[in-house]
Amino acid sequence: MAVSSALLQDLHLAVGADRARAQPLELALYARDAGTSAGAAGAVAFPRDTAEVAAIVRVAATHDRPFVVRGSGTGLAGGATPVDDSIVIVMTQMNRLLEVDAVERIAWVEPGVLNLDLTRAVRHLGLHYAPDPSSQQACTIGGNVATNAGGPHCLASGVTAAHVLAVEVVLPDGEITILGGLEPDTPGLDLRGCFVGGEGTMGIATRIAVRLMPDPPAVRTMLVDFLSIDDAAATVSGIIAAGIVPAALEMMDAQITRAVEDFVGAGYPRDAAAVLLVELDGLPVGVEIDATSVHGVAMANGARSVRVAASDAERALLWKGRKSALGAVARIAPDYYLHDAVVPRTKLVQVLRQVYDIGARYELTMMNVFHAGDGNLHPLIVFDAREPGIWERVTAAGDEILRACVDAGGVLSGEHGIGLEKRDAMPMIFGPDDLDAQARLRDAFDPGGRANPGKVLPAGSRCGELHRAPEGTWI
Amino acid sequence: MDLIQPAAVDELCHAVAAAHVVVAVGARTQWDVGNPIDGAIHHVTEVGAPAGVIEFDPAELTVTVGGGSSVAELQRLLGAAGQECVLDPRSADATVGGVLAVGLSGLRRLRHGPLRDRVLEVRFVTADGRLVKGGGPTVKNVSGFDLPRLLVGSMGTIGVIVQATLRCQPIPPVSRWFSTDAPPEEVRARLFRPSCLAWTGPTLHVLLEGHEEDVEQQRLDAGLDPSAPPDLPDGTCRGRVSVAPDRIAALADALDAIEALEWSAELGVGTVHVAAPTGASLAAARRAAEPLGGWLLRERGAPELDGWGRDLPNAALHQRIRDAFDPTRKLSPGRMPG
Repeated sequence: MAVSSALLQDLHLAVGADRARAQPLELALYARDAGTSAGAAGAVAFPRDTAEVAAIVRVAATHDRPFVVRGSGTGLAGGATPVDDSIVIVMTQMNRLLEVDAVERIAWVEPGVLNLDLTRAVRHLGLHYAPDPSSQQACTIGGNVATNAGGPHCLASGVTAAHVLAVEVVLPDGEITILGGLEPDTPGLDLRGCFVGGEGTMGIATRIAVRLMPDPPAVRTMLVDFLSIDDAAATVSGIIAAGIVPAALEMMDAQITRAVEDFVGAGYPRDAAAVLLVELDGLPVGVEIDATSVHGVAMANGARSVRVAASDAERALLWKGRKSALGAVARIAPDYYLHDAVVPRTKLVQVLRQVYDIGARYELTMMNVFHAGDGNLHPLIVFDAREPGIWERVTAAGDEILRACVDAGGVLSGEHGIGLEKRDAMPMIFGPDDLDAQARLRDAFDPGGRANPGKVLPAGSRCGELHRAPEGTWI
Repeated sequence: MDLIQPAAVDELCHAVAAAHVVVAVGARTQWDVGNPIDGAIHHVTEVGAPAGVIEFDPAELTVTVGGGSSVAELQRLLGAAGQECVLDPRSADATVGGVLAVGLSGLRRLRHGPLRDRVLEVRFVTADGRLVKGGGPTVKNVSGFDLPRLLVGSMGTIGVIVQATLRCQPIPPVSRWFSTDAPPEEVRARLFRPSCLAWTGPTLHVLLEGHEEDVEQQRLDAGLDPSAPPDLPDGTCRGRVSVAPDRIAALADALDAIEALEWSAELGVGTVHVAAPTGASLAAARRAAEPLGGWLLRERGAPELDGWGRDLPNAALHQRIRDAFDPTRKLSPGRMPG
């Protein structure tokens, strides 16, 4: 449903008539992100600078209308799905790379800069931006900040929060401020740390200072192939237990390996039960020593072969296979549902077995392509939504997978976020007092409750919200 | 003054709920950092967190430890498995809870990142005596808002940290200090991810960690000489300046002009350790940092100075967060402005 003409008029004053719209087609386009939940947008606005973002946020306050910030919309958890006819604030036009300090290795970017574009822009300086979600060609740095995004190379170098130094933010009341700074510590609480991963509920990032990393002098990318998924998982544990933290340590099961090979032709073994993509980087001797150790651990755990990328081109091809996994799946069935739970690394074998059992019980195709090194599972349920009753099976299986991960000591999300999708699962890992504390933090940033309401925390998270019915009442 | 250090966390919850004013106490190794507890307040209850390692599985590269455990004790346990947790307080007598609450990063921040990046999960007791868990035990987690980062550096004003799950790492095969008199920018350009570059003006100390041959090759490439670890500035009055790393050279010129002031700057980070026999020199260092966008945190001595030397940025937001967690300001009142 569109907003009132008075609100739209105020938005036109804030950003100009051409960049604030409420046509049905556009409202439909911005009613969801790449996840499964659809919402309802009231209006869509495309700011070009911080002042315009602040103006939009003030319009939202004046009309007491919620707003939701959005980058490229590649999020999978419904974090950018508007609820209650929110104003959708689309940041893609704020996409300038503002400043690069090659000596101190810091870049200031606008939030709409695409993740991979940042790395491309600093490549000639021998630098890169480390967090590399599989959607890095499409997702924005601002979206990465909102979800605290990860990626294969976050195993050694950490997720987005470890790479954000400062954020210029429009707070939900329209105030413009800086959280964090280029100085290593700012007086008081780590407000920057609170904001990263806030999923748009604490304000809108309008400029971001990120840390850039030097390209490593040596890189070794290995594709290890196994006849049993247990052996592959044991190799993952063995590598970590040997005191090696690779730059990336990815696992793909038989079905996804075949799908990727058919799609990309990267030379993945089509008959493998599982493959590991292991990348080591750093100084040359250390890389060589660790590569020998990885080879030894893999062979001791029953690896069939270890292929080492001989050139940058081969390395890129191996990575293209991994990062195209979701595209490859589209050739098998039209729809997929991707989970993102994390389990302790030592529980990988056990939980993977449970995931396949759950798939078998619900008669669903279950594929696994994931960040094995940090225990971040991505069970992928592949299906055709036109099949009657399938969605109920998919969600029931998904709930069981989450339960299995939590029972193994895991958490709900490693890098996609909670959004709407996992919101109501939060009580699986947090008690009432834990959720209340998170709600207090969120509300301190947004006392008016207008910034992306209804996300992350389930209804009833605030202690004051507990409406316990008197005993004996029918409800 | 009462000091309560119960073995059981629920006992601590009761004590905190019942107390008028609560001050979380570790080993008091950083007791003078920032501002002291407001001296006008009476009926202060000091509480300590339980000690002891709760869970350590080397294959997970994580450890869960009571806030009252000393860093030395933790590192001994991890070291036996060839691992460490980069906490790096100046005194290893410090407790894990104390190190996290004060929030100061150690000398290896250049390579390993700030202290706050170590914390995966934290459990703390709130002002009204509830036990709250934030974060999660796995090495990767974005489930919910980041309470661990809220607690790190909160100086005891958000809650009493009773337990933390921390990220560990393999101890590098070698870890060696070197020194050189060469211009720091030239040395820096030849090194790949050194662990520390501590610069005092005439001398640059470099910490390299990694495999033996790589460390040796880096040493040769950058023309470094073997050296003992640097002595950080230490004296009656001590502080640390935080400044954008590209302003260190400008700050160094200003610091050199201050009488009897020793300084050592972490290049690439922006932490500058300063020490002097008098508070006046520390105050001068603070004045030198401010026009460069920096600030000085008092770590010791100079009682006549304010610990922070400035109001907190985002004062209103700070106020709302404090109000949300501690509306009556019963937790470590006075240690942090606002």
